Amino acid sequence: MSQTLGLIFIIIGLAFDVFGCLGLVRLPDVYNRLQAATKCVTMGTCSILFGTFLTVGFSAAGMKALMCIVFLVLTTPVAAHAIARGAHRSGVALWRSSVVDQYAEDREGEN
Amino acid sequence: MSPKIILFLFAFIVWCLFSWVPDGAHLLGGIVVALIVAFMMGDLVIQRPHLMLHPGRYVNFIFLYVPVFLWEVLKANIDVAYRVVHPELPINPGIVKVKTSLQSDIALTLLANSITLTPGTMSVDIDKDKSVLYIHWIDVRSSDIEAATRIIVERFEKTLRKIFEEGNKE
Repeated sequence: MSQTLGLIFIIIGLAFDVFGCLGLVRLPDVYNRLQAATKCVTMGTCSILFGTFLTVGFSAAGMKALMCIVFLVLTTPVAAHAIARGAHRSGVALWRSSVVDQYAEDREGEN
Repeated sequence: MSPKIILFLFAFIVWCLFSWVPDGAHLLGGIVVALIVAFMMGDLVIQRPHLMLHPGRYVNFIFLYVPVFLWEVLKANIDVAYRVVHPELPINPGIVKVKTSLQSDIALTLLANSITLTPGTMSVDIDKDKSVLYIHWIDVRSSDIEAATRIIVERFEKTLRKIFEEGNKE
């Protein structure tokens, strides 16, 4: 039973990872790509890890998978945040059809 | 309880989970490592130890914050998958400014993390002095500060304030 459930979670995770990678290729600029990469890849990978935990149970590998979920959820957004901030500060422009950029408006006087 | 004791317990539990299944040698090593970590970093990591003693905060965290967070993460993934697979790429991106009333570091960190993992939004920068967050929004529905704040921030702000800030005077 838990084997089947684990496999289902792993397959869902793989599907979302694929969507995340597709987003990396299809979306136009670094910020949109980061959106796809952080959201889909975080949940996809967490889902794969949770499936692994269900498959192997409370063994050494299962506990490490659970801990990795916690660390992934805590650290991926921070990394994305750092990359986006760094990209904007070093002058990477938004996609040409972007609607607003209030960050650039507020930072104009500082540089 | 002093921050060092709390950090010692926390580090020791994390160590035990990583070296599952616990046995004598691992536990002994864990005590030594957790002591060193707690001695070096205790006052840096935990700044308001009295907040750790309220069981209500843990209950709020597990039953109010975590379910909303998981549901939003699921919605975010389906949203991104839809946008990526759609042949015309229905995106309308931009960076908007939102206000927050949270003050403490941990609450702001969790708010920014939650915003990054929820549908269509990603935090780019934070200005703590002005209480302003800059959010990259994949489908901008309003560039007005008040309206954007209502849509993006308020889902989590109330819960996080209840968990990390109320009763902070002691």
